[in-house]
Amino acid sequence: MKGKCWKFGNNINTDEIIPARYLNTTDVRELAAHCMEDADPDFVKKAKPGDAIIAGDNFGCGSSREHAPIAIKAAGISCVIAKSFARIFFRNAINIGLPIFECPEAADQIREGDEIEINLSAGEIVDHTSKKRFKFEPFPQEMQEIIQAGGLMNFVKKKMSA
Amino acid sequence: MRMTITEKIIAAHSGLKEVHPGQFVYADVDICLGNDITAPIAIEEFEKTGIKKVFDPEKIVLVPDHFTPNKDIKSAQQSKSLRTFSEKHHLRHYFEIGRMGIEHALLPEKGIVAPGDLVIGADSHTCTYGALGAFSTGVGSTDLAACFAAGKVWLKVPESIRFIFHGKVKNWTSGKDLILYTIGKIGVDGALYKAMEFSGSAISDLPMDDRFAMCNMAIEAGAKSGIISPDKNTEDYIKGRVTKKCVMYQSDPGCNYTKTYEFNAGEISPQIALPSLPENTKPVEEVSGIKIDQVVIGSCTNGRISDLRIAAKILAGKKAHPSIRLIIIPATQEIYKQALQEGLIEIFIDAEAVVSTPTCGPCLGGHMGILAEGERALSTTNRNFVGRMGHPKSEIYLCSPAVAAASAITGKITPPDEVVKS
Ligand code: SF4
Repeated sequence: MKGKCWKFGNNINTDEIIPARYLNTTDVRELAAHCMEDADPDFVKKAKPGDAIIAGDNFGCGSSREHAPIAIKAAGISCVIAKSFARIFFRNAINIGLPIFECPEAADQIREGDEIEINLSAGEIVDHTSKKRFKFEPFPQEMQEIIQAGGLMNFVKKKMSA
Repeated sequence: MRMTITEKIIAAHSGLKEVHPGQFVYADVDICLGNDITAPIAIEEFEKTGIKKVFDPEKIVLVPDHFTPNKDIKSAQQSKSLRTFSEKHHLRHYFEIGRMGIEHALLPEKGIVAPGDLVIGADSHTCTYGALGAFSTGVGSTDLAACFAAGKVWLKVPESIRFIFHGKVKNWTSGKDLILYTIGKIGVDGALYKAMEFSGSAISDLPMDDRFAMCNMAIEAGAKSGIISPDKNTEDYIKGRVTKKCVMYQSDPGCNYTKTYEFNAGEISPQIALPSLPENTKPVEEVSGIKIDQVVIGSCTNGRISDLRIAAKILAGKKAHPSIRLIIIPATQEIYKQALQEGLIEIFIDAEAVVSTPTCGPCLGGHMGILAEGERALSTTNRNFVGRMGHPKSEIYLCSPAVAAASAITGKITPPDEVVKS
């Protein structure tokens, strides 16, 4: 995972990530076209596939809409790094396979426009622009199993046939 | 081990004697819930697996309430997907318009959720049912799809925070004001991942409708759940509604809370949450006089019968201010009918309010009262995020039904006792 960073503040809520006026569809392309619209109306125009979102505390608070992580994933965003995530957003991201990382230092120190790379096996975020490196905690074992199965549905299918 | 009510319910549903915060469990689900926004994705995900049968057609509840009666073709397609799925799998609890209500008012009213249950819903305000002494929490659509298949959910046992409200609430202060006050104190991430347990003499005195309003907004503090120990009030409420066996769990004395907050309920005034976060709360006296364009009374927080009664008490014989659009939405068909029988609807119409069929409508900026640029709403709903009720440059102030009704009369934010002497 390698890309350019776009920074957002604290408490970015799901109404900003994907406003309810677009929730009368489940079409991922349409959801992607309005990704982050009420936080930054030009976001979709500026962001390129592979880019990352960097945010403060409580990213994804508000509604349970899975449309939020779906819109981010479908817009080509490779991962979200935040100081903390709202809990339903966190679940949803794990369940659909959008990579997210809780790393307060990285969220603070990475600047808008920095090029970063994520080294999953080393548990490390590398900021190529500032040359800084940040460690993140790997997910607990139980969550890793869901991620490794390729999301919750595959995980459940496996469990049910076991 | 001494456990909280939350830990006891989770342990009982995971086949374990005890659980501790941070532990992962796969818990059995008593009821799972989806609506016309979240269920279509869950249905697609479920069908992709090729699994033919849902785990239990009695335990899945589908309520098309957000964009209904359907506001456009796309939302009609989404509701249709719920209808088709319900028919195919013979779901017992599918609620078509005309028989429905806003999900979190509807499920308790129909006796679908009972004390001691473990409930998940693909809607963040699923935490509402904590008011019955159930563990209930919001999840996403994929969680719901997995539950359709297996009847289980993965959970991390939350830590519990205790909130004790001492004393008695003041006149015009409601459950909505207690929860707004609490969120103002701890912030929108003050209870992130945690269970909020409400107790104290003011909570024991609190009517069920107010308890629902409190637990409903636990999510606005980032919480996984809100919960109140079941008591006599709870028993009276479920009588004639709940037919299944239920367990009235209580927290053990000396159980573990990560934090305890103590408030004096008698000092809490009606609250206003200013734009654009529910934590921006102020006592109504401090912000009175702010001009508003629209007042909304309704939603899964405050569209219940006692909310409408308070609004009617204030609006009786009065008219909404000429510059105000007043929208009142009973949360369910039963509440609507009750309000009719009690003459509340007549009071509202005489006050020149719009009275709508049950729907989420303006609460999430769906339909039935969208704001234009620069407009300001005062609303009994639960979120005042940027753009939540319409144009990104509109504003939402949150309050109780009493403050909403009083302010509708004056056209500006107004403490209820300035309009009525009670
Ligand atoms: S009334 Fe509002 S908060 Fe409640 S379920 Fe509907 S949209 Fe969500």
